[in-house]
Amino acid sequence: MTTALSIRNLHKTYKGGFVALKGIDLDVSDGDFFALLGPNGAGKSTMIGIITSLVNKTSGKVQIFDKDMDEDLLGAKRYLGLVPQEFNFSMFEPVEEIIINQAGYYGIPRKEARMRTEKYLKLLDLWGKRRSEARILSGGMKRRMMIARAMVHEPRMLILDEPTAGVDIEVRRSMWQFLQEINDRGTTIILTTHYLEEAENLCRNIAIIDQGEIIKNTTVKELLTTLHIETFVLDLVTPINSLPEITGLALHQRDAHTLELTIDKSVTLNQVFEKLSAANIEISSLRNKSGRLEELFIQMVGKNNLAKMNQA
Amino acid sequence: MNLKDKLTAFYTILIKEVLRFSRIWLQTILPPVITTSLYFVIFGGLIGPRIGEMQGFDYMDFIVPGLIMMAIITNAYANVVSSFYLSKFSRSIEEMLVSPVPNYIILLGYIGGGVARGLTVGIAVTLVSLFFSDLQIHNFWVVISVAILTAMLFSLAGFINGVFAQSFDDISIIPTFVLTPLTYLGGIFYSVTLLSPFWQKVSLINPILYMINAFRYGVLGISDISLWISYAIILTFIAVLFTFSLVMLNKGTGIRS
Repeated sequence: MTTALSIRNLHKTYKGGFVALKGIDLDVSDGDFFALLGPNGAGKSTMIGIITSLVNKTSGKVQIFDKDMDEDLLGAKRYLGLVPQEFNFSMFEPVEEIIINQAGYYGIPRKEARMRTEKYLKLLDLWGKRRSEARILSGGMKRRMMIARAMVHEPRMLILDEPTAGVDIEVRRSMWQFLQEINDRGTTIILTTHYLEEAENLCRNIAIIDQGEIIKNTTVKELLTTLHIETFVLDLVTPINSLPEITGLALHQRDAHTLELTIDKSVTLNQVFEKLSAANIEISSLRNKSGRLEELFIQMVGKNNLAKMNQA
Repeated sequence: MNLKDKLTAFYTILIKEVLRFSRIWLQTILPPVITTSLYFVIFGGLIGPRIGEMQGFDYMDFIVPGLIMMAIITNAYANVVSSFYLSKFSRSIEEMLVSPVPNYIILLGYIGGGVARGLTVGIAVTLVSLFFSDLQIHNFWVVISVAILTAMLFSLAGFINGVFAQSFDDISIIPTFVLTPLTYLGGIFYSVTLLSPFWQKVSLINPILYMINAFRYGVLGISDISLWISYAIILTFIAVLFTFSLVMLNKGTGIRS
């Protein structure tokens, strides 16, 4: 499998002495949908800044596909598309000019750039806004415009730094679908997000970064198997006013129609249903509660912080 | 990037810059034309006839080349400093920084934008001057080359100002306290031969003096300074400022943390 991104012993110390990255090692495979998670200030944006050459590294190696950034920076940049966390376009330029210009920076002639701009603005449902100044777009539209801008040169690797921050659920879902489609067509995607549900739904592999270090780097599936407890949402046939005491089950009543059940993986659902039936609780449907990754993330980052405090 | 890609990238930055100042022509093109027209009316039309001739020309004819050059200098500078600073401020500079466009193409693109605005305003001022003066061109190629080279030089100066600027105040300090005095003392309104020998020598430190005199030579055929010395000074400044700008850009001064 070709490696899309290879990072070795990456360090970054800012001018004021703040150490943002403490020797990061990371590999992302070609075609992967990779999540980079971490709390605020963990070093995610610094790492992305270095990969996209917006931040100067202190030391270490970064290779994008076959191009080492120290040896062929411009070649490495060609492979990349970036959707940054903050809006970074001229608010007074029309949407289509922003996209066409971005294509031009990659050497794409204007005629071809116009065609690609049309393609991506239509795909991201922004074609109707092509002549509007960027400043009048809504927050969700601005984010989608930045995705169109990052895709116009059709990069092999797309990096998205919290792309769905502050957008409504409908827009978020449509962005997920778009990202899934371009990943299916072969674009490697690296995603940082605070919505852990997003990483759980979209990504195959995951790295958790905290205080400038990678504390976990594995597949999402494997990570989730390390979770010993699982939470289900149960919809009831008959509403209940108060929750009866059931020995051995951690139940929480959301409302009269819904219960939340947290069980250890060693307990079977047959056992659960038996106990619920005995208590005259009938279940009409059952689903996993999303956010399992969130529980793990909090556990891991919490443990890491505790370990650091103990060392200090 | 091959040569064709680089040319496309350069052309893209140039078009972007031209569209930017064209969109806001009420702020970028019209004000310098109005200001220079007032100079023509007041210094040329009203006060000029009382002054008489300057180096064998009507005072109005004498000041026209200097005023055109002043418009070119200030607008080339203003275009690049404001455009580059605003792109830093809005972080839209990152659009270019993440792309494979080489730094010297970015620099040339901004210079192209500055030259385009400088020459646009210069041509507009020249057209206005035709209402006040019978403009005769002594040497067309000197006029064109000096105008372009001077616009390039001050585009570079504006770029360096933009690189170091941390606030909106920083982009107006140099034009107000350095550029304007040097321009006014660069012989727009007078010949340096009118000054005492001491102040004549002091004036020679002012690089703008060489540009205005070279341009005046192209228009009127007279100059206080040798044309070739003027070219040498302008080209030297361009080479030094271009190298300095490129080093700053490569280091990421003001744009990369």
